Amino acid sequence: MRQPKIIVVGGGLAGLMATIRVAEAGIPVDLFSIVPVKRSHSVCAQGGINAAKNQKGEGDTIDKHFDDTIYGGDFLANQPLVKRMCQAAPGIIDLLDRMGVMFNRTPEGLLDYRRFGGTLYHRTAFAGATTGQQLLYALDEQVRRHEAEGKVKKFEGATFLSAVIDGGGMCRGICAMDLRTMEVKTFSADAVIFATGGNGAIFGRSTNSVVCTGSAQAALFQLGVDYANGEFIQVHPTAIPGEDKLRLMSESARGEGGRVWVPRNPAEKRAPRSIPEAERFYFLEEWYPKYGNLVPRDIATRAIHRIVYQEKLGIDGQPAVYLDVTHIPRETLDRKLEGILEIYEKFLGVDPRVEPMKVFPAMHYTMGGIWVNGEDQASNVPGIYAAGECEYQYHGANRLGANSLVSCIFGGGIAGPAAVKYAKNLEKGAESTPSAVFDAERKRQEEKNQKLMNQDGSENPITIWRELGDVMTEHVTVTRINKNLEMADGKIRALQERYKKINLSDRTKWSNQTLNFARELENMLVLARVITLGALARNESRGAHYKPDYPDRDDTAWLKTTRAKWVNNEIQLTYEPVDISLIKPRPRRYDAAK
Amino acid sequence: MAETKQVAVRVKRQAGPREAARWEEFSLKWRPSMNVIICLRDIAENPVTRDGKKTTPITYDSNCLEEICGSCAMLINGKARMACSALVDQLEQPIRIEPMSKFPLVRDLAVDRQFMFESLKRVKAWIPIDGTYNLGEGPRVSPEVQEKGYPLSNCITCGNCLEVCPQVNEHNQFVGAAIISQVRLFNMHPTGAMNKSERLAAIMGPGGIQECANAQNCVHACPKGIPLTESIAEVNRDAWKQALLGWLVG
Repeated sequence: MRQPKIIVVGGGLAGLMATIRVAEAGIPVDLFSIVPVKRSHSVCAQGGINAAKNQKGEGDTIDKHFDDTIYGGDFLANQPLVKRMCQAAPGIIDLLDRMGVMFNRTPEGLLDYRRFGGTLYHRTAFAGATTGQQLLYALDEQVRRHEAEGKVKKFEGATFLSAVIDGGGMCRGICAMDLRTMEVKTFSADAVIFATGGNGAIFGRSTNSVVCTGSAQAALFQLGVDYANGEFIQVHPTAIPGEDKLRLMSESARGEGGRVWVPRNPAEKRAPRSIPEAERFYFLEEWYPKYGNLVPRDIATRAIHRIVYQEKLGIDGQPAVYLDVTHIPRETLDRKLEGILEIYEKFLGVDPRVEPMKVFPAMHYTMGGIWVNGEDQASNVPGIYAAGECEYQYHGANRLGANSLVSCIFGGGIAGPAAVKYAKNLEKGAESTPSAVFDAERKRQEEKNQKLMNQDGSENPITIWRELGDVMTEHVTVTRINKNLEMADGKIRALQERYKKINLSDRTKWSNQTLNFARELENMLVLARVITLGALARNESRGAHYKPDYPDRDDTAWLKTTRAKWVNNEIQLTYEPVDISLIKPRPRRYDAAK
Repeated sequence: MAETKQVAVRVKRQAGPREAARWEEFSLKWRPSMNVIICLRDIAENPVTRDGKKTTPITYDSNCLEEICGSCAMLINGKARMACSALVDQLEQPIRIEPMSKFPLVRDLAVDRQFMFESLKRVKAWIPIDGTYNLGEGPRVSPEVQEKGYPLSNCITCGNCLEVCPQVNEHNQFVGAAIISQVRLFNMHPTGAMNKSERLAAIMGPGGIQECANAQNCVHACPKGIPLTESIAEVNRDAWKQALLGWLVG
C-alpha cells in the first residue's frame, strides 16, 4: 500500500499538536519552522488555558464556557465547532497534565484555576504566568520523542515560500527556503497543515514575536486559499510600550486581583502610591460593575482609549494607565505572576510589586485567518489544512483570554487526523505528480529571489515596514473611520509601488536575513490590504471591530463571515452566513450580568 | 543646538563559518528604552559604519524579544546574555557585541545550538505518555513538587550556561548544566520518575555529568535564575547512587 506523507508548517502549539497526531497514526511527518520549534511564539502566551472543569465548585459547565466564548466573540463564530472545542477542553487539560506540564496546584495536589476576562468563573488552568511556554515545551518534548523514534523529520531554519498546486488545483507539497544556504527546494506531500500563527508584524510593533508576519497565510491567499474575517484584530488592553516590541502584561494580572486606574485629576503630580483611594478613578470597575477589571479585551481597550483620548486622563497626559497589583501579597504575586512581573522589572527597571505598572493597549491577536470548513480544519484548496491562530474559526469578533491555547491544541488535534484521512483516501498521491510541477514552482520562487537580489532601487525594506506598521496601527486597530481606512488602503498601495524599488543592502547567498524579510514584507502588504478592506466594508461595530459612525452591531446586514478571495490578482470580498444554530444572538453588554 | 545623543556599538562580523572575523563600529541615534535588538535593527535600516562605509545588515537570531524564546543569546561586553533584555543605558560604551563562542558560528552573531536539542533527545527529556487519546487526569502533584519543578521547566535553551562553562570546550562534549537540570525535572515528575534510571544512565555517558568541574559559572549566567548548581548536585547524587547500586548488585 502507498505510504502517505504529511507536511506541517509551523512549530507552535497547533503545529506540534498536529505533528504528534499524525505521528501517532504512523504516518511520516516533515515539520517546517523558521525558528527551532521550541522558540515559537506560543511561548509568549502567559495567563492560562480555559476548560470548564468546575474545580472550584461554582457550577461552571461546558455550556457556560461555550456561551461565554460565543457571546465574547459577539456571535460571529460558527457555533458547532466552538461547542466541540469547549467539550474537548477538559480532556486537553488532562492530556497536558499527563505530559508533565508544571501547572499550579491546590493544596490537594489538583490543578488550580483562576479567573480570566469575559467570564465569572475560575476556569483558567495556569503554570505561573508562562503557561504558553510550559505548554509548548510539553508538546515540543513529545515531538522530540517521536523525532528520536524516526517518525518526525524537522526542518528548522526553513521558511515557507509557496505551496505546490497541481493542474487539478490540489496541493501536492511546498516550496521552502533554507535560511542558511538560501537554497530553494520543493518537498512533496499528500497534505499540508499550516499552523503559522498571527500577523502582528503587519502592525509594526505588537505583542507578537518577530516571526509573526502572516507571510505564509498571505502567500497561500495569493494561491487561491480564502482568508476569512481579516478585519478582526485583537488589541490587548495591557501591554508595556517599547521601541522594538509592545510587551504583553497578561490578563492574569487582573485575574489575580490587579486593578486598572488613573488619577481623577489630570494634573496629578504625586507618585501613584501616595494618591488616596478616593482620588483614583477605577474606571473599569465603575463602568462595568459586574465584570469590573475582567471585561473582555475589546471592551477594556476601548475604555482605556476613551480615558486617554476623550477624557484626557492618561497618566501625565501620556497614553498610559496604571495596572496595579501592589495590594496583592508578594507571596501570591511570586507564585502566580512572577514571569510577567519579571518582564516589567527587567525591561523598565521598576518593581511592579511596589510601583503600579504603566500600560497601554497593543495589537495582540489575529482572530481572522485562513478560511477552513466547520468540520475538520480543511481550507478550500484540497490538501491544505490550517490550525491555530492562522485560521479564523474559534473566536468570532473577539477572542476571550485563555481560549487561544485551547483552540490551538484543539485545532491542531483535529487537523492532524483529518490530513491523514484525506491522504489515505487519495486515489493518487503526490508521488503521481509530475516533477515538472515541482520544478516550475521552484523556478518561480528562485526567480523572485533573483529579481530582488539584482534590482537597483532606493527603498529600504525596514523603512517600508515601519511605515506600514504606523498606518495600520493608527487607522486599522481600535477605532475605524471609513475615510481613514480608505486613506490607509491608498497608503498601502503606495507602499506596494515603493516595494518595487526595493534595494537589498545584503546580496550575499549565506544566511541573508534581508532577502527573507523582503519576501515576507511583500506578503505583509497584501494581507494588510485584506485587513483594511474588510474593515472598510463592514459598516457596523462588532467585538473588536469598532466604527464610531456605525456604533451598533447590525445582525440584519452583517451577521456574516467575511471571506476574501484572490481573483485576477485582486482582493475580492465575499460573505457567507454564520452558523448560529445553537445560541440565538442577543445584545452583548458587560455592564450587567448577561 | 544640542547634539543628539549617540550610542557607540562595535560588532564582530563574520560572513560565514570559514571566513575571517572583523570588527565594525557604528554610531546610532540614542532612544529611550533602547536595547541591543533596537541597535541591530537600526543598523539593518541604515547599514553604514561609523566612518561612513556601506556594509550589510547584521545576521542574528531573535524572536520573542521578551526573554522567553531563548533565541538572542550573544556576548555583550564580554558577557553571555540575551540581547533583548540588554538595555543600552545600562551598558558601558562602546558596546561590544560578539557571537557566542562555544557553538558553531553561522554568520555574524548567529550560531547553531542544535547540540542542545540533540542532548535533550539523548537524556530522554520527556514524559513517555501512552498516547494523546483520552486517558483521564494526570497524577496528583503536590504544590511542593510543582514549586520546585516549575522553575526548572523555565529553561529557554539559550545556551548561556554552556557558553560560560570552562568544561565546554573543543576537548569534550559536555552537555552542560541546562540538560542536567532537565534530567532532574523529568525525574521529579511522578510519571517521569518511571524512567529515572534510563535518564541517569544517559547523563553518565561521555560528555555527561562527570565532566562538571564545579566552576559554578552556569548559575550566574542563567537569565531565568534556574538553580542549576542545585540540579547538578542532585542529579550527581542520584547518578552515583545508581552507579554504586549497579556495581554492588552487578
